[in-house]
Amino acid sequence: MADTVQGFSNVRRTRFWQRGFFASQTAYVLLALVVLVFAMSLASGNFLSPGNISNIVRNFSFIAIATLGITLVIITGGIDLSVGSTMALSATTTSLTMVGLTAAGFYPFPGSQLILALIAGFGTAAIIGFANGFAIAKLKLSPFVTTLGSLSIVRGLTYVATQGRGTAPTGPDKALFLAITSGQVGGIPVSFLYLVVLAVLMWLVLNHTAWGRHVYAIGGNEAAGRLTGVPVDRVKIQVYVLCSLAAGFNGIIISGWLGSAPANLAQAYELTIIAAAVIGGANLAGGVGGAAGAIIGCILIEVIRNGLVLARVDPYWQQTLVGCIIVAAVLVDRFRSLRSG
Amino acid sequence: MALLELRNVSKEFGAIRALNDVSFTIKPGEIVGLMGDNGAGKSTLVKIMSGIYQPTGGELLFGGERAHIHSPGEARRLGIETVYQDLALADNLTASANIFLGRELKYGFGPFKLLRHRAMNARAVELFAELKSETRADDLVRQMSGGQRQAVAIARTRLTDARLILMDEPTAAISVRQVAEVLGLIHRLRDAGIAVILISHRMPDVFAVCERVIVMRRGSKVADKPIAGSSPEEVTALITGALEAA
Repeated sequence: MADTVQGFSNVRRTRFWQRGFFASQTAYVLLALVVLVFAMSLASGNFLSPGNISNIVRNFSFIAIATLGITLVIITGGIDLSVGSTMALSATTTSLTMVGLTAAGFYPFPGSQLILALIAGFGTAAIIGFANGFAIAKLKLSPFVTTLGSLSIVRGLTYVATQGRGTAPTGPDKALFLAITSGQVGGIPVSFLYLVVLAVLMWLVLNHTAWGRHVYAIGGNEAAGRLTGVPVDRVKIQVYVLCSLAAGFNGIIISGWLGSAPANLAQAYELTIIAAAVIGGANLAGGVGGAAGAIIGCILIEVIRNGLVLARVDPYWQQTLVGCIIVAAVLVDRFRSLRSG
Repeated sequence: MALLELRNVSKEFGAIRALNDVSFTIKPGEIVGLMGDNGAGKSTLVKIMSGIYQPTGGELLFGGERAHIHSPGEARRLGIETVYQDLALADNLTASANIFLGRELKYGFGPFKLLRHRAMNARAVELFAELKSETRADDLVRQMSGGQRQAVAIARTRLTDARLILMDEPTAAISVRQVAEVLGLIHRLRDAGIAVILISHRMPDVFAVCERVIVMRRGSKVADKPIAGSSPEEVTALITGALEAA
């Protein structure tokens, strides 16, 4: 080891709980979550009932996949405010494609309409992400303003495409569509399974591939990345495309659970999604964040929401409390970094 | 034969002429000091040699052949490594991640390649041992002292067989003892046959390690002579313009 080769006379090794995961905001929030779950289970006998757990799992899956995506963007030091709108337009495009193909009588083989509809839905999301990424990476526009613009553009397009009405997926593939979005496998909501697979994939990519390391490097010091030969612009565009794809996927899942895609689907979800990412430890200044944190942030928000309902607290308190949690999570992190210099 | 030759290199930014017909040669294993006041064109010159800027006039020859250095990656492929003034480190990554940034070691097939964390850490430990630096490969750069950061930035240039290393103010932000270490390192680089261009404000550093000094003033080269035939007083006069040329 290095320690035996060189004499580290005055440089003490930091203890294991002072570095890595144990020293991260994610770990503190996880601890808070465990405490909260314990308190809730004492306060309400229904909290840990299988029905309620399945409820919580399904509800947080609604925003968790999009949170994984936006966490990538936040790690690079960017932001994507258009995720809520992207969820709506992707879901709408998917439904409209199924409706249109059914009206045209196009059905060469079972599942064909669903496949085309999903291609249309994900394609829409990819185009939005590419437009965001291109404007930010190549035209050097500010991520906040760019995605604030696309938030409005994409939501507007959703209303234009639907005349403000909801669109329900119809046709021969409807049952299949509902099965892959709101179905269950062995009692577990399928959306939760997607989330687990995507989260593991994201963890692997962020921690064990060069691409993941470049994502962190761009958030830490973009100029350094450029000087050392990291393809900064390409990685940034890819990150925004992935974020939009995750949001689109999440939107399609929600529309399956609702049975239709209303034009105001996921309205203002971007704020909850960003809140979940930030609570989970993603730093808006860039360079910090991860898949586990994104999920823990989503669970915490949902547990609070659910717990307040079970405790029969006026639901209007919910937003106030989530706001307090955001500030508390960031404060704890601030105090910790003050202490360690 | 010259390792690097600049012929009448000029660089204009709009109406500003940052470099004016600059020519010089660097031989293999030579240590050359590049001096000048703020705004004299030192940094622009470094950025042209490291591929960040393209000259608007003149040409570069590397190893006797005309070289077009379009990007920092291209410069590195030729064997030109740069230690940047602000060190170009990502604070949120470990020392070894920074050293290998942009050229990570990987295994696997096709697009599915995973990082070789252990191999990279081991190589980083070796590099720090070579540099005699008390720097841990798996510590975050955020937690490091100025000297340790410097060691990371320099270790990065030792990954491949560089033939020319550009050092932009490598001793500006570090302690006296660490300055001695960096200067010792420059000597070791020369012994290994690597040429070094040392850009510095610190006269004692340049006179301690360099064989030759090039002085820039207002975008032009005003002197290019052996250290033995010069003096700190003369160089100061050249930098300020009290002495027109030498």
